[in-house]
Amino acid sequence: MHWLIDLIVLTFVIFCAIAAISVKDLLGTAILFGAYSFMMCLLWAVMGAVDVAFTEASVGAGVSTVFFVAAVFRTSRRTKD
Amino acid sequence: MKFLGFIIVCLTGALLLYGTGEFPGWGDPHSPASIHLSNDYIEKAVEQTQVPNLVTAVLADYRGFDTMFETAVVFCAGLACFLLLRDFKEKKERFYRHTPTGVILHVKDSKKVLKTGKEFEHMDKDWVPSDLIIKTICRILIPFIQIYALYVVAHGDFSPGGGFQGGVIFGSSLILLAISYDLKVLVKRVKEKILGIFAAIGVLIYVGIAAICMPMGGNFLDYSKLAPLVPGDPHHIRALGMLGVEIGVGIAVTAVMVIIYINIVSEGRHEEGL
Repeated sequence: MHWLIDLIVLTFVIFCAIAAISVKDLLGTAILFGAYSFMMCLLWAVMGAVDVAFTEASVGAGVSTVFFVAAVFRTSRRTKD
Repeated sequence: MKFLGFIIVCLTGALLLYGTGEFPGWGDPHSPASIHLSNDYIEKAVEQTQVPNLVTAVLADYRGFDTMFETAVVFCAGLACFLLLRDFKEKKERFYRHTPTGVILHVKDSKKVLKTGKEFEHMDKDWVPSDLIIKTICRILIPFIQIYALYVVAHGDFSPGGGFQGGVIFGSSLILLAISYDLKVLVKRVKEKILGIFAAIGVLIYVGIAAICMPMGGNFLDYSKLAPLVPGDPHHIRALGMLGVEIGVGIAVTAVMVIIYINIVSEGRHEEGL
């Protein structure tokens, strides 16, 4: 059962990572990074590292997404390249 | 150039994957870390520190010196954000709304400041404050988030959590206030000076608790020597020392998160923003 959850979540992690660097809209990238962090948080929880999962959820999915959105708000929303 | 970058990324990824092959399997009992180190912690940590959560015991006690400098790194991040972004120059133009009529005034003279109150209110140029539903929901949610953050800090010895996570959650509750209302509401309630002082006090609490152990006859960060200072069961003194240290970390992280957010979102002017 473990490997099935691992497989599904890992697929989502890779999907989010590739989407985050290929999307032109930086606000979308910030959201995708949040989703990526949340998937990583699930992986930590599956592996039993609950403290790390907690940190990932609060810092990675929570505050850093807000910082990204704040930075996008003050700069440009579309990438140049 | 893009092609070259792609090749470099692929090479690095292949090297990393090749390196992963040498790692011991997940939870392998014969890996070097599990042979003696983990066993030592698992068998003796509860007996030595009276803290059921081994992660906290390792982070705040066995590896306390490391965590102390992690807190210092967080403080430095806040300081760097302040030094790079803070802009003390007054903004040249301001927007006001005349509340009874709804007329919006655009003041271009930087010296002319209208008094805000019942008649005029501040307006942001590119941020419309959220509507009533969001404001009300956030006003109801924020106290619960803050109590939860305090619980995470205080209960870090017994369950997952600790100063860092609790501090981040408390800081994000304050950020939620700024997002749902206005940046000015947050800046008015939590002064910049107080934030700076709190960030420093958090680190000083950690270093202070660590340093008090030395005149009491122990090593730096040797909480067991604090027993005469604290009433109660002397066996729990290491757990209490960890709790004090975690509170310090929580205060520092809360303040730093809010400092970083305010400085990023308002371009260092602390006036307008999300």
